Amino acid sequence: MGARHTHPLYVHGHSRVHRLAPEVKVAAAVAFVFGVAVTPRQALWVFAIDAVMLLVVVALSGIGPRFVLTRLLVILPFIAFAFFIPFVGSGEQVEVLGVAVSREGLWGMWNVVAKATIGATVSILLAATTEVPRLLTGMGRLRVPATLTAIASFMVRYLELLAGELRRMRIAMASRGYDPRWLWQARPVATSAGALFIRSYERGERVHAAMLARGYTGTMPEIDERRATTGEWLAGALVPVVAWLAAMVALVAG
Amino acid sequence: MPTSDAATGQRARSHATRPPDARLTTPAIDVRGLRFHYPDGHEALRGIDLQVEAGERVALLGANGAGKTTLALHLNGINVPDEGSVRIGDLLVEESTFAEVRRRVGLVFQDPDDQLFMPTVGEDVAFGPANLGLRGADLDARVAEALAAVDASQLADRTPHHLSGGERRRAALATVLAMRPDVLVLDEPTSGLDPAGHRELVEVLRSLPMTQVVITHDLPFALELCERAVIIGEGRVAADRSTATALADGQLLARHRLALPYGFDPGHVAPPETA
Amino acid sequence: MHAPDGFLNAGTAATTGVISAGAIGVSLRQMRSTLGDKQVPLAGVTAAFIFAAQMFNFPVAAGTTGHLLGGALAAILLGPATGAVVVTVVVVVQALAFADGGLTALGYNVLNMALVPAFGGYGMFVLLRRVLPPNATGVVVATGLAAGLSVPLSAMAFSIEWLFGAAAPVPFDTVFVAMVGVHLLIGIGEGVLSAMAVGAVLAARPDLVYGARDLTRAQAAERSRVGLRAFVIGGVLVALVFATVVSQFAAPDPDGLERVATDQGFADSAQDHALATSPFADYATQGLDNETLSLAVAGIMGVVITLLVGLGVAFTVRDRTTRRRAAESTSAGAR
Repeated sequence: MGARHTHPLYVHGHSRVHRLAPEVKVAAAVAFVFGVAVTPRQALWVFAIDAVMLLVVVALSGIGPRFVLTRLLVILPFIAFAFFIPFVGSGEQVEVLGVAVSREGLWGMWNVVAKATIGATVSILLAATTEVPRLLTGMGRLRVPATLTAIASFMVRYLELLAGELRRMRIAMASRGYDPRWLWQARPVATSAGALFIRSYERGERVHAAMLARGYTGTMPEIDERRATTGEWLAGALVPVVAWLAAMVALVAG
Repeated sequence: MPTSDAATGQRARSHATRPPDARLTTPAIDVRGLRFHYPDGHEALRGIDLQVEAGERVALLGANGAGKTTLALHLNGINVPDEGSVRIGDLLVEESTFAEVRRRVGLVFQDPDDQLFMPTVGEDVAFGPANLGLRGADLDARVAEALAAVDASQLADRTPHHLSGGERRRAALATVLAMRPDVLVLDEPTSGLDPAGHRELVEVLRSLPMTQVVITHDLPFALELCERAVIIGEGRVAADRSTATALADGQLLARHRLALPYGFDPGHVAPPETA
Repeated sequence: MHAPDGFLNAGTAATTGVISAGAIGVSLRQMRSTLGDKQVPLAGVTAAFIFAAQMFNFPVAAGTTGHLLGGALAAILLGPATGAVVVTVVVVVQALAFADGGLTALGYNVLNMALVPAFGGYGMFVLLRRVLPPNATGVVVATGLAAGLSVPLSAMAFSIEWLFGAAAPVPFDTVFVAMVGVHLLIGIGEGVLSAMAVGAVLAARPDLVYGARDLTRAQAAERSRVGLRAFVIGGVLVALVFATVVSQFAAPDPDGLERVATDQGFADSAQDHALATSPFADYATQGLDNETLSLAVAGIMGVVITLLVGLGVAFTVRDRTTRRRAAESTSAGAR
């Protein structure tokens, strides 16, 4: 778990995927990944269909394979862990390249790797084609409480500011020769975090005062009004519906 | 550009606000006997009396900690007095009138980042009028009007974080102007601005017709914008006179930790045209 | 810790999703009653703080670095309900906007990284404060231990989820020992950082530390002398003891650990396979006794976690009025 960049994954573009209403994208993404999650692991044909559909959407989005692949590296540690599963499992043993591994384990590894990879690709696609404010609007339209989306909106707005403040504190410390190696030398890091918390809290109070000054009474005013059309919902439903149908067939057929 | 055509610029900008009511004998701001102390016990205001007429521009000067910002926060009801009263026009500032007071008094805070809390400038400018009930085309028109008044129409879709200091200041001002206030209160509006940003802001403020109360340490700015200066010292009004007179009084300035910039001689500056 | 999709099955994803949604709903109501119309700006900016704080690294040993998770810290500073909401927002936005953690994994990622550390961490904090002196040092030490233990607690939660919904046949024992073991170590850093951060806030604005709201100004300034190095070493000892005790439970057969070790290496010798640890679904080689014991451990851990989280919630609800009064007097005369 490395340090995360403050910049969300959004890649500017005008593709159909970019322009699709955010509530449709979020709902479709979650539905699709759930469909993949319920797919029985031996139903390779279902995974194939899912992967092909996903690749088509990626192509439509104009994001570019290199971008997706680079971001996919994030799940590499989990894939590495999955690699060991066949060695830990037992029951029927199978020989692979002269090494005896568990058959159950191999299937388990495939299950995890396939679903994690597809899931991560969907997440990357969603994040890359939808700006954060649109994501939050979409969430709101999917009945996520307005308080949560408002908090998230403020969080994203002030994140860069705070990260910048923290960075400047670090630079100031480093400029005074601070080069810690051990945990007990971390006090300045922690105290600067404490100071940043206080500053954040006080800023929160000032923002509150500014909101009051402009008539805020406790509920965020609804400003953006365009909603998804039926056409957009149909377009978005296509991929997850196919995924679920295929998964159901596989489950029933056994 | 504001500077090139002062007259038409003036007229164009008056769309953004209601001109102050000429027949008013009631002052735009009427503070009497205001006393206020903080929860930790510190008495910040010890009896402030201040009247400001409609259309006046008053500079609020004083040392750090003198109580200027504290006073400003009373003007829209964020601070509630221990004793004394605050009237905005004919309205006494109290809990039941907060909503209307906050429509009439636009407070521009010191740190624009405290006021630009929405994802885009446009949404920030819309926040105030939306709280007043505007929607749809009316809301869009109001937003456009406010942004035009500060020469920031091109900033509507920008993220606040990526704006320059001057742009942020003007965007913050627009968020307040969108409420069409009668009174504008500004807390250190020129701090941190580069010279060009400073100039842009001054031009914008000079073009706005409503009553203005400006907290500032920037004495040339005070002289240029405000014909009247009120000096706050230790929670009281220490002086209340024309800005030029106040700045010419060296001892007065020194008593309140104010000082003229190097080479600045208030006696040799043309007084600002009455806007 | 931001688990991707696929490691736990769909049923677990859905169940934890429902649990988390319910818990967040309750927390939201609690937060609204404590903070009122300040909730959006305060929670928003402090969420940005947690997010930013998670990004920066602190030294652990010999130049290697670690990162703060912040669940317990958020709960101790802001109160468990607000803390839970704040960290949840961080986790959800990370999943949606940064593709950090799977979309179907949100249910258990929120549960493990926000709810369990916030409520469970706060529960432990409250318990610890009862036995520690009512002053700054007491709060700081309680924070350190609670935050430090919240990390393995979170790992235990994941292990229990694994028990119910593993998508691959890795035995509960293995997952439990590996996850909790590693996270005990990670927890040391978290505990030390959280303690020092709370100490810093206490020194400047004690009124901003929810977990210390009962202290008078004098108490908040009172510090006993505790050497930092001693504290770290103490923390390591606690972790080691914990680890030894726990691992004894999870692998009662003394050869168990050895077997797991050899199996996870390159198992190219055919004879090892007869002794290999069974897949999760079939404990053929290990006796029935071990299976019972493993499940017993899981059961106990489940109860412990639920108890601690429940404590956290109970204290939130009980102290609701105190917090509101404190919040109202914090802002300098505002409103």
